[in-house]
Amino acid sequence: MSEATANLPQPPSPLREFWSYFRENRGAVIGMYVFMVFFIVALIAPLIAPYTPHEQFRDHLLQPPFWQEGGSTEFLLGTDPLGRDMLSRLLHGARFSFFIGVIVVSIASFFGVIIGVISGFAPKWMDTLIMRLMDIILSFPSLLLALVLVAILGPSLINAMIAIALVLQPHFVRLTRAAVISERTKDYVTAAKVAGAGRLRTMFVTVLPNCLAPIIVQAALSFSTAILDAAALGFLGMGAQPPTPEWGTMLAEAREFILRAWWVVTLPGICILVSVLAINLMGDGLRDALDPKLKRS
Amino acid sequence: MLSFLLRRLLTFVPTFFGVTVVSFLFIRLLPGDPILLLAGERGVGEERYAELIKQFGFDQPIWKQYLDYLWGVMQGDLGNSFVTKKPVVTEFFALFPATLELSICAIILAIVVGIPAGVIAAVNRGKFFDQALMTGALIGYSMPIFWWALLLIIVFSSGLGWTPVSGRISFLYFFDEATGFMLIDSLLSGQKGAFASAVSHLILPTIVLATIPLAVIARQTRSAMLEVLGEDYVRTAKAKGLSPLRVNGQHALRNALIPVVTVIGLLVGTLLAGAILTETIFSWPGIGKWMVDSIFRRDYQVVQGGLLLIASIIMIVNLTVDLLYGWINPKIRKG
Repeated sequence: MSEATANLPQPPSPLREFWSYFRENRGAVIGMYVFMVFFIVALIAPLIAPYTPHEQFRDHLLQPPFWQEGGSTEFLLGTDPLGRDMLSRLLHGARFSFFIGVIVVSIASFFGVIIGVISGFAPKWMDTLIMRLMDIILSFPSLLLALVLVAILGPSLINAMIAIALVLQPHFVRLTRAAVISERTKDYVTAAKVAGAGRLRTMFVTVLPNCLAPIIVQAALSFSTAILDAAALGFLGMGAQPPTPEWGTMLAEAREFILRAWWVVTLPGICILVSVLAINLMGDGLRDALDPKLKRS
Repeated sequence: MLSFLLRRLLTFVPTFFGVTVVSFLFIRLLPGDPILLLAGERGVGEERYAELIKQFGFDQPIWKQYLDYLWGVMQGDLGNSFVTKKPVVTEFFALFPATLELSICAIILAIVVGIPAGVIAAVNRGKFFDQALMTGALIGYSMPIFWWALLLIIVFSSGLGWTPVSGRISFLYFFDEATGFMLIDSLLSGQKGAFASAVSHLILPTIVLATIPLAVIARQTRSAMLEVLGEDYVRTAKAKGLSPLRVNGQHALRNALIPVVTVIGLLVGTLLAGAILTETIFSWPGIGKWMVDSIFRRDYQVVQGGLLLIASIIMIVNLTVDLLYGWINPKIRKG
């Protein structure tokens, strides 16, 4: 490198460039902070929860939160119909929602990306076959398909996660395939092939890293969809089963008490809304920061 | 255009057959013996069991069963409900108007509010209105609608007593179903107060079901408007001295609507998924509630048929949207 070029300002590292775009979106930064709190709570829930989520206090059934008449600081957010501490259950609920998001997105993106890359490189008949299969899955409303799958597998949290992952996975396939097809014919790929890169290496080492931007955004958005769908399945009685302190299941258990005890219904819903909103805010920021089309030059 | 039409139809046919395979395999993947399930707790004798196996064709090889099923589908026969013994198709079309009525009201609400909200946000880009509207849209998009429904019931039904909690119309009114659409039927019946009752039952479910589509439409309209507002012809229109209303409304919005219309078409799936939750909470007698009830009753014949019918509706709507889009936008046809 000659001296003249060495003195030129270096382009920022991709991570720093990403951060500078991401930081501009105030909503996204707030979303990220909320998400971090959510993550930390999920991590240390047993340490900070005042009680275990299953402990019943028979003398304190449906006790309101502390600021209302009849409430006490013993149970900050009140108790549910079985006398369990709401705060402890909500904190533990964060663990389940986070766990659901991580597992569902991992399964859906892992298989989705592999199938997408294969589809992008495969001969035409195989590509067509894969895409038609994905079309078939996408022809059903996702929640309905998940419901039916859980009916086949049996209602449980694990089965709900498998069902949701299966329903979300075609989106990853389509995105990855589209990105792979637009990258595949570029010069650097040809160069890699000429240099002797094998098929697998071209697919997963050369091309895939350049297709990651839309996949990361999709992963963020799928995380929130997974939490919402799992809560909906729990609400319908097909997800996590009582007494699991999953937010959707808690809502379903509390439904008949909505007129007498607003807190048993309102609080789990707020938790779902806030976590999903935070992730969506973050997802929007990620998209703005990673999408080269929107980047201001 | 003809070749585009043919190409698009060619992808439709195999997908449709795929959907029939999925819904056919579904009943065979279930744990347990469907005949024993059908018999319930009383059980069946050996003779009757063999008879039923034969009746449902479970003694045939699987490919033969599938072909028989497909033959039935082609003739509009999706079998009978295990529980009510009525044909699945009959039940579906008896309940479908309720879902359709609710969905139409929801999509109208979403369009009527969502498009102006998106336009206002785009025109005021970065200002207070934009931020407020888009925050609202993102909250709507992130809303667990089953919880939202409960909140609305707490406030408007039990708190203020403005709206009823469930059903399509008050028990006080009774009339024949002419169209299946309660709004129209109640008007036709001529009974005083029937229409108002039908409307009051519709309000909350409509709001709940419209929430997510509204947010999606508002966000899509905003981004489509922003793209169009940067175009040369919009600048020309402004330079000509046209009023902002005319520039935004006539020049920009008309072009921005093309992607928005596509998105509206693709929301059918979202609506039907939302109908499952909305109808369950409001005891709305439509196909969403019917499917959930059937899943819980293990009425697999209904689940199988319902899946196929719902998927077919979504596929047909998507196909229509694609064709319309290709018709509006010639670039797509070549692709």
